[in-house]
Amino acid sequence: MATRKSKGGATGAAVTAPTDNPDFALRSLQDKFEKQGSFKANDDELLKFYEQMLLIRRFEERAGQLYGLGLIGGFCHLYIGQEAVAVGLQSALAEGKDSVITGYRDHGHMLAYGIDPKVIMAELTGRQAGISKGKGGSMHMFSTEHAFYGGHGIVGAQVPLGAGLAFAHKYRGDGGVCMAYFGDGAANQGQVYETFNMASLWQLPIIFVIENNQYAMGTSTARSSAETEFHRRGTAFRIPGMDVDGMDVLAVRGAAQVALEHVRGGGGPVLMEMNTYRYRGHSMSDPAKYRTRDEVNEMREKRDPIEHAKAELVARGVDEAKLKEIEKAIRAQVGESADFAESSPEPEMSELYTDVLVETY
Amino acid sequence: MSIELKMPALSPTMEEGTLAKWLVKEGDDISPGDIIAEIETDKATMEFESIDEGKVGKIMIEAGTEGVKVGTVIAVLEGDDADASAPPPAAAPEPASEPAPAPKAEKPKGEPKVARDPQVPEGTSMVSLTVREALRDAMAEEMRADDRVFVMGEEVAEYQGAYKVTQGLLDEFGSKRVIDTPITEYGFAGIGTGAAMGGLRPIVEFMTFNFAMQAIDHIINSAAKTNYMSGGQMRCPIVFRGPNGAASRVGAQHSQNYGPWYASVPGLVVIAPYDAADAKGLMKAAIRSEDPVVFLENELVYGRSFDVPDMDDWVLPIGKARIMREGSDVTIVSYSIGVGLALEAAETLAGEGIDAEVIDLRTLRPLDTETVLASLKKTNRVIVAEEGWPTCSIASEIAAVCMEQGFDDLDAPVLRVTDEDVPLPYAANLEKAALIDASRIVAAAKKVCYRG
Repeated sequence: MATRKSKGGATGAAVTAPTDNPDFALRSLQDKFEKQGSFKANDDELLKFYEQMLLIRRFEERAGQLYGLGLIGGFCHLYIGQEAVAVGLQSALAEGKDSVITGYRDHGHMLAYGIDPKVIMAELTGRQAGISKGKGGSMHMFSTEHAFYGGHGIVGAQVPLGAGLAFAHKYRGDGGVCMAYFGDGAANQGQVYETFNMASLWQLPIIFVIENNQYAMGTSTARSSAETEFHRRGTAFRIPGMDVDGMDVLAVRGAAQVALEHVRGGGGPVLMEMNTYRYRGHSMSDPAKYRTRDEVNEMREKRDPIEHAKAELVARGVDEAKLKEIEKAIRAQVGESADFAESSPEPEMSELYTDVLVETY
Repeated sequence: MSIELKMPALSPTMEEGTLAKWLVKEGDDISPGDIIAEIETDKATMEFESIDEGKVGKIMIEAGTEGVKVGTVIAVLEGDDADASAPPPAAAPEPASEPAPAPKAEKPKGEPKVARDPQVPEGTSMVSLTVREALRDAMAEEMRADDRVFVMGEEVAEYQGAYKVTQGLLDEFGSKRVIDTPITEYGFAGIGTGAAMGGLRPIVEFMTFNFAMQAIDHIINSAAKTNYMSGGQMRCPIVFRGPNGAASRVGAQHSQNYGPWYASVPGLVVIAPYDAADAKGLMKAAIRSEDPVVFLENELVYGRSFDVPDMDDWVLPIGKARIMREGSDVTIVSYSIGVGLALEAAETLAGEGIDAEVIDLRTLRPLDTETVLASLKKTNRVIVAEEGWPTCSIASEIAAVCMEQGFDDLDAPVLRVTDEDVPLPYAANLEKAALIDASRIVAAAKKVCYRG
């Protein structure tokens, strides 16, 4: 293990610079995770994960359909294929204590956080009943009630914002942790590294989650990144990395627990790379010609997180009729949210001028 | 139950496309995810995926058909799976209105402005403070009153502020609340903004607003727009502050006035005070505001001393201009360092028999057009003095407001007195030539008064 002599200048009283920690090792948490293994879910827990992932899948398929019908406009980035990441990670968070922030591919995270699919779908169709009153759209959704802080459309912006949320947790001493999601594309933005530096310097309670779905829009990681092992990207800032199969919800959850224990214990930030795959294009208008149909099919057939969970449930002897019932209930729920989103009224014209500023001057 | 498959919109702007190829034929069984057709748009060929399960019934549009409008039924799917049948539509709060022409939204008329500067009680003593001290005192008072308030920025703590505006704060409030950052404007502006979203009240100091260009994405995209985009859920009560505009002999990259940039953005409050009393009263108001505030100071004014009322809680209203000098012949509108030049010009003009009124805008957004228009009504002549570029400036905005809302009161064109339209040069003579000064204001005032 590399040890390092401190060579910084005088450090201020409040600065707990990680540079004096001789025990930093990139793989410290990964080793622990590998020893500990995936989450040992009981049948009910696994069923719950299955249900949540399936809800995201069916919701996103319906969103894609509504987009095709012209009911959803603009950009619409679907989470299909990546469901295990948000479901596995968010199941490990403490509700009412921790916070979550992500980029523009945000529907799945909101559903995983228990936000009503109706208000999400109604936001996608731009209706008054939408979670942002129809003024945000697909990329800009928030629920302060659920400590879900967006929904940000500028690639990478959520990373320092998330560190700000973590800063607030630490400032208040409320014991909360911020989970900040971003993609392999955002991982090349400069502000991400500015944030890594400060988060580590100030030992902020934050988990950086890189959802590596292999493509930054149409550019593969190999074509855009000098270091494609994204979990190593925090090394320069002494942030331990974890390399996780993002297509396996129990692995994700198991890794999340190791990371959370480290952060809650005051160990500072953790960087988790979730290796995953999006089946659809970057957004609805992406023909996805940069990869072969075979590549997508191979992932779908062999690595699908939902099929994987289903197979395990069946192997455990869970009644298939019960799974069918869950599927049916989800279809009904998604259908209901689509009907709600289609039939709800558009925002009142007076909404044009509300919420620009909070106060009147 | 059969399902109609419609020509999908595959991009935000697609209205029609070519149905290039069918990949299924009538009678085929398909499941979700199967590619059923290829559709060509003006941009690309896209695969059309099924999201339903069933048997392909009739194909309505033949392969190769061009100009198929979005929404046209292209095929029918015979659903045979009970699960695929749509549940009964949920009761909606109201039926969707037909896409009738949108009624024109009425912009709400602003409440009549009642906000006025607080009365300074008879017998209140005045203390002489530099602008630098006034800003520091304002921050310290608000930090004492509200423990959510903290200051972060480069050299704000141990160094005591690059321009000494945060002098003494570290000693009083400690390193938890007075935080030195690395030189990383984009990053710490984002962290400050996130902390505000998370419920704190950050004051983010930029060593100069020239460096805030690295951070402008968070000021505008993250801080200014989020309340609107979240339907009023997510507030961002943050103050971005620091010196703005030209200092002295520091060249083009360190000498820009960003007032017009930020003042053009809905969702921001922009304040640019001139004297110490306004700096203190408006800084306190900015910290208390629920909205994101850009607070533009000026390095050359930091050291100037002014009288400040010696009151426990001197807070001024945001969005209210101040008449610095009453006059009847011409109105000189200005803000920040320009106010000092305008007052100097007014003195000169008085010597020549021209009685100028000087208005300090103090807040650039929302702009107090009412005070400007009332003054125009009185003097019938307006010039704007601004230390900054002329194009798309605050001066341009005031000229537009006067023309749109005060046209009948104008006896002369509104003139802009600004810096020259060039990057600020270093050489002393060129710099002097590029910057606004009192004599140019005097000349413009005389011109609109048709004197000289």
